[in-house]
Amino acid sequence: MAGEALLVSTREGLWCPAGGFHIDPWRPVARAVLTHAHADHARPGSATYLTAAPGVAVAALRVGAAAVSGLSYGERVTLGDVQVSFHPSGHLLGSAQVRIEHRGQVWVVSGDYKTGPDPTCAPLEPVRCHVFISESTFALPIYRWAPPAELFAEIDAWWRANQARERTSVLFAYALGKAQRILAGVDAGIGPLLVHGAVARFLPAYRAAGCALPEVVGSEAAASVRGRGLVLAPPSAAGSPWLRRFGTISTAFASGWMQVRGNRRRRNLDRGFALSDHADWNGLIEVIRATGAARVLLTHGQAPTLERWLREQGFDAELLHVGFDDDGDGEALIEAELEAADGAGAQSATAAGRVVHPSPAPA
Amino acid sequence: MQRFTRLFLDLDASTRTVDKVASLVGYFTDAPPADAAWALRFLSGRRPARAVSGRLLLRWAAAAAGLADWLVEECYHRVGDLAETVALLLPAPAAPRPLALAEVVRERLLPLAGLDESQRRALVERTWGELDARARLVYHKLLTGEFRLGVAKNLVARALAQVAGVPSAVIAHRLLGEWTPDAEGYLNIIATSAGHAADPARPYPFSLAHPLPGAPEELGPRADWQAEWKWDGIRAQLIRRSGTAALWSRGEDLVTAQFPELIVAAAALPDGCVLDGEILAWQGERPRPFADLQRRLGRVHVPANLQAEVPLLFMAYDLLEWQGVDQRARPLDARRETLAALLATQDPTRLRLSPTLDVTTWDELAIQRQQARDLGVEGLMLKRHGSPYRVGRVVGDWWKWKIDPMHVDAVMVYAQYGHGQRAGLYTDYTFALWDGPALVPIAKAYSGLSKDEIAEVDRFVRAHTLEKFGPVRQVQPKLVFELAFEGVQVSPRHKSGLALRFPRMARWRRDKPPAEADTLAGLQTLLASLQRAGHQAGTA
Repeated sequence: MAGEALLVSTREGLWCPAGGFHIDPWRPVARAVLTHAHADHARPGSATYLTAAPGVAVAALRVGAAAVSGLSYGERVTLGDVQVSFHPSGHLLGSAQVRIEHRGQVWVVSGDYKTGPDPTCAPLEPVRCHVFISESTFALPIYRWAPPAELFAEIDAWWRANQARERTSVLFAYALGKAQRILAGVDAGIGPLLVHGAVARFLPAYRAAGCALPEVVGSEAAASVRGRGLVLAPPSAAGSPWLRRFGTISTAFASGWMQVRGNRRRRNLDRGFALSDHADWNGLIEVIRATGAARVLLTHGQAPTLERWLREQGFDAELLHVGFDDDGDGEALIEAELEAADGAGAQSATAAGRVVHPSPAPA
Repeated sequence: MQRFTRLFLDLDASTRTVDKVASLVGYFTDAPPADAAWALRFLSGRRPARAVSGRLLLRWAAAAAGLADWLVEECYHRVGDLAETVALLLPAPAAPRPLALAEVVRERLLPLAGLDESQRRALVERTWGELDARARLVYHKLLTGEFRLGVAKNLVARALAQVAGVPSAVIAHRLLGEWTPDAEGYLNIIATSAGHAADPARPYPFSLAHPLPGAPEELGPRADWQAEWKWDGIRAQLIRRSGTAALWSRGEDLVTAQFPELIVAAAALPDGCVLDGEILAWQGERPRPFADLQRRLGRVHVPANLQAEVPLLFMAYDLLEWQGVDQRARPLDARRETLAALLATQDPTRLRLSPTLDVTTWDELAIQRQQARDLGVEGLMLKRHGSPYRVGRVVGDWWKWKIDPMHVDAVMVYAQYGHGQRAGLYTDYTFALWDGPALVPIAKAYSGLSKDEIAEVDRFVRAHTLEKFGPVRQVQPKLVFELAFEGVQVSPRHKSGLALRFPRMARWRRDKPPAEADTLAGLQTLLASLQRAGHQAGTA
């Protein structure tokens, strides 16, 4: 295979020497290419940002409006010596895989992706390539998601049961992506919906992008949802005084991590819904196969497991260290997304901004 | 099985007592008696014996799911719960159909014991083909003998009392002792009249003490409280009824066969009496270390030489039944008076009344407590004069005022994933002491850290791993913890030659560099001084 690497891991993040840009850099650089707007991927401070067009508005909220430009899915642009294009990854509004072509060699950086249906973003499109850099957050066969329709039916049933007991349903979800997906998926006919400010700030961008989201109120209208409404809040709100306004509550968390009961019980939640914006075990394998790539580089989460499995299947698989040293536990990822939820990501662009050992989870 | 699974998940999911009771009431109101009988059996802590080892189940599941064993093993480490891992890995059932709980137990669970491995596998696979993922979780818990639910027994009794219209103390009593888990057995438990046949060996629910939270002065006048030694043995009820005797341990296990000499001694007690007390290894006028008593546990037959080597005593401190009548509502002092009169006529080498400590001030009592370690006891018990004998761990009438634990500063050298709620987090640690230039492991400990501290240590472990041995990580010896423990004993099974009793983390010594942790020699000196004190007290 061609000797020279199109992407290399550096202190600043993934660097494309031939193209002169970084992908999802964690330190300020001259030109950043973003896969999506979660805080662990989109950090402020760089001079310019390029991302998929539907993601410009949410990325701008994260890194500052002026510097972000967009490129439609599938459209090609020449950067330095390479051609770059964005392709939907199904993770959240505007999320993209980044395709890089250089002298007949094609590399694709997956960013984060999922294969299941999601009305708030474009569905994933596998891209043929020689080298595929894949996330592997949930790369264990215990992670096989139920169809979203089933999970939403469970969320609705939990909400109704709480209503019958005059309890406010508080559902924790990452403020960008997951929260909007839930708004689009629950049965808004059950009762009123209230969102935390961290969720609300992204709603205009979603509505502007044409997502059909139900009417919501903010926390100033807490009295109107008490005992009957559904409250969407970032996980960092768990155990905080902000929740007191809702009277007696039942709590739940919507996350792939809730697939394992221990994760829910440790957080002392009433319910957990394994609704994820990442691909499950089958999804990862399906997408990797669909790329046709012989060489697969793995990042995040359960990468060593997937590496071993892919090697057993004859792939040339290898780990790629991009700064997430969380040994597959995924807590680091959760925390990164907590940051995203808080909008606190804006402060992490310092030299030490790489997410290695973030602060502990809220109780 | 669907209904019982729902109950299992509801109880597992609810964090409020009132919700748990509501789930239980709902279940017992709706369930057919034959199912309710088994549910009650399992909820009251009598889980079925392991029918299939977890390892075997994991292997069968790997094959059923078409996954390599190593991958299944990694899944298990991630989930930290074998039954759950298998439930998450299996493919969807081929022919789902509703099975009743009693049917699963009687036809799928109990027969396994009589089958060979291939037959057992066939029966398990057949059951997998019928149960959905959630019911499988419960089924696996039952299969592997790991069935546990976060619900206190008194809540089960409270719920049943509500369903049956019978006081919960009556239900709690009926639940102890032997009853057959079938429709008839269940209907007897919830019967409004006492028409069911009483089991002669049935114990009463134990009254349990809380640790004294503050200074004893906060309990009020010393004169309101009876003080006794807190014995370090096995809490048990000695039951003499219908011409036979039985011993029940606090774990609600029948332990009659393990202590034949006490059963012989009980023959001299009048019929219709139940004593609450402590089984102790005893020599001369003092208890022997708990380690000696341990040698007598878990045996089907106790050889004569062991009976001679480890003589036993039942140290009685309460009387629960007398002349066939429940005494629990009578005041403590009245019960004790009857008990004292009864024991005055018994063999003092086998049955004895736990003495009270009658000094008049809290300060004097505190001085006596300081002698506890030398006397081989755990501290003091404080019981309120005039109080009834309550069911379970009720706050207010009984307190244990244990001696302060011993301490050692040790270095963390290994870490392992926890289980259950702590799955996926490094929460189980091994600690070492210095032996010259080497660190020798001395104890494992799991408890004592706050959630935030656990999260911090977890991150330390990930960042400072020297080597991985399966689920165990050897870490750089950098963190020092103060371990609290209740005793130290010689142990040929441990590399250090010593074992700590009840070790736990008292605090994280962030101020101490590892080089300043304690030495093995220091612990050996402590052991020698304890043995000397014990010897002196024993011969005094």
